[in-house]
Amino acid sequence: MAVKADRTLDASGLNCPLPVLKTKKEMAEMSSGQILELITTDPGAKADIPAYCKRTGDELLETVEEGGKIIFYLKKK
Amino acid sequence: MERLAIIATKGTLDMAYPPLILASVAASMGLETAIFFTFYGLNIIHKEKVNQLKLAPVGNPAMPMAFPPSMEEKFPFLKSVSNFIPGPPQLMGVIPGMTDLMTEMMKKSIKEHGVASIPELLELCKEADVKMIPCQMTMDLFGYKYEDLIDGLEPPGGAMTLFDFILEADKPITIFV
Repeated sequence: MAVKADRTLDASGLNCPLPVLKTKKEMAEMSSGQILELITTDPGAKADIPAYCKRTGDELLETVEEGGKIIFYLKKK
Repeated sequence: MERLAIIATKGTLDMAYPPLILASVAASMGLETAIFFTFYGLNIIHKEKVNQLKLAPVGNPAMPMAFPPSMEEKFPFLKSVSNFIPGPPQLMGVIPGMTDLMTEMMKKSIKEHGVASIPELLELCKEADVKMIPCQMTMDLFGYKYEDLIDGLEPPGGAMTLFDFILEADKPITIFV
């Protein structure tokens, strides 16, 4: 959790496909190299966010699970 | 260029979801995406009918579904019922009003689970530039005018319109729903 995020997107309570779509929207407003902290409660995101990164070329720096939340740190390509 | 074409043919609440979810995600990933709405699928983009999409309890053996979380909270006995009956018994589907009741239960579950509504997904598709093409032949068949359909659609087209969209792509993907 040494990762310092430039932005935070709280997608808690939202389900497929909303976390992916909201992430895409948020990332579009960010510049290359910036880091997004994405908070979700959707277990499906565990598979979907890595797949999203594979597709977009953004880097998934870290995934943290705590108290029912899954927190991703994504670095924009 | 990668293109995804989805053919949406069903007009029930559950079957309205897959085309819109797949299209919105694909388009946001940079695939050029189109949905061809035909037969009952036209109801998904019909101004009034989109708000009346229903779940069909009759003839749907997968139908018994979990109760919405808030109902289980209010009526704790439902939780114990769910252990052996996951939802209302199939036979109850024939009772008048059951379709509406099941639909309301599903909509409640959808909301409580943080799943987007169909109008919300339609907006997301539009934002992601999904081309939504109504089928001219079935519009005529059902008596739907272009003005009866939601805004932001492509002009009505036929099978050839869809194939032209598919065949122009280097990597075409087609999904039938």
